[in-house]
Amino acid sequence: MKAKIRKIAVFVEETRTEMGRRVEPPTRRAAAVAVIENPCAGKYVDDLSELMTIGEELGELLTERAVKALGIPGASAESYGKAAAVGEDGELEHAAAVLHPKLGAPVRKVLGKGAALIPSSKKRGGLGVALDIPLGHKDAAFVRSHFDGMEVRINDAPRANEIMVAVAVTDSGRPLPRVGGLTKDQIKGEDGLR
Amino acid sequence: MAEIAVRKKLTAVEEIFHEGGPVAATPLRRAIALAVIRNPYAGAYVQDIAGFMDDLKPLGLEMANTLVTALGGDARVVEGYGKGAIVGSKGELEHGALWHVPGGYAMREVLGGAKAIVASTKKVGGPGTRLDVPITHINASYVRSHFDAIEVGLTDAPRADEILLALVMTTGPRIHARVGGLKASEIRGEDGLR
Repeated sequence: MKAKIRKIAVFVEETRTEMGRRVEPPTRRAAAVAVIENPCAGKYVDDLSELMTIGEELGELLTERAVKALGIPGASAESYGKAAAVGEDGELEHAAAVLHPKLGAPVRKVLGKGAALIPSSKKRGGLGVALDIPLGHKDAAFVRSHFDGMEVRINDAPRANEIMVAVAVTDSGRPLPRVGGLTKDQIKGEDGLR
Repeated sequence: MAEIAVRKKLTAVEEIFHEGGPVAATPLRRAIALAVIRNPYAGAYVQDIAGFMDDLKPLGLEMANTLVTALGGDARVVEGYGKGAIVGSKGELEHGALWHVPGGYAMREVLGGAKAIVASTKKVGGPGTRLDVPITHINASYVRSHFDAIEVGLTDAPRADEILLALVMTTGPRIHARVGGLKASEIRGEDGLR
């Protein structure tokens, strides 16, 4: 493995009630986060292909961890998202290199499908920075009940020469969705949008 | 026994491979279990609150079992533990103290009779408050390599009328522990201290 991983953290959140109303079944979402060394920290590097390869490795590793934490088969996942935070000696473009060219394909392989764009966010920050991972339905981006986000943070990451890379997977949408729009039972799932 | 109203739960596991030094043969794992519950005493001074400790026992056991499961299902791998609570703004620090007995005894029961006192901390705070939960060795509080802490918290909890309860467990010493003191191999294990 090319990625030099310092730590991996996996979070599972389960919401059972909202405003006193029972959420049945409870909504669940998982995020798997890897803290890796940034091989391009501290200098301008033109060719970011090493980070792209790392993204490919982490796409598989983190998605498998998240799905395992939810205890579901990959095909039962409903929404997903990805995010990265680059330590202070790195460049926003490093997060882009990890997230965009190659990370998505292994995510989709683990989940069986994934016609929709994987929503993403990125930032540069210091230790304990909060990552808000955007979430959207994996087969139809317009499913309004699944527009969501999950905040994760690790108090000792990213250090200056590190990158925090996160993949989030859910088995559900928001707890009590009622703002209309496309619903998951209306998905055609061909173009990734509807 | 009153039923505890749980709004949401979070389980997280950190797997630490190194912190700038040699990569450990066995990664250190640290798990947290959080539950956000309704505070039945929020908004008023209630003299007699001790009965709530019994009500919390099943939740304590559930969370302790969640931690062991998250660490692979074998309680024998657990070497450190700690607990904590964050009380929402309409509650009182004393409400957090209700967690000492059910949280601590639940972990001891699940771990098969750990001897050391369970390190703990608590505070009153708003949504997003972070709590540094202290950790010590489960059989001897003075084992220096196992002094640790995990930062926990949830963006949307505790609300004013809620309490966020935390239990944490770890599988070993700090990843590069090297400041001397009593070693785990030197534990006599009679008084819970050494």
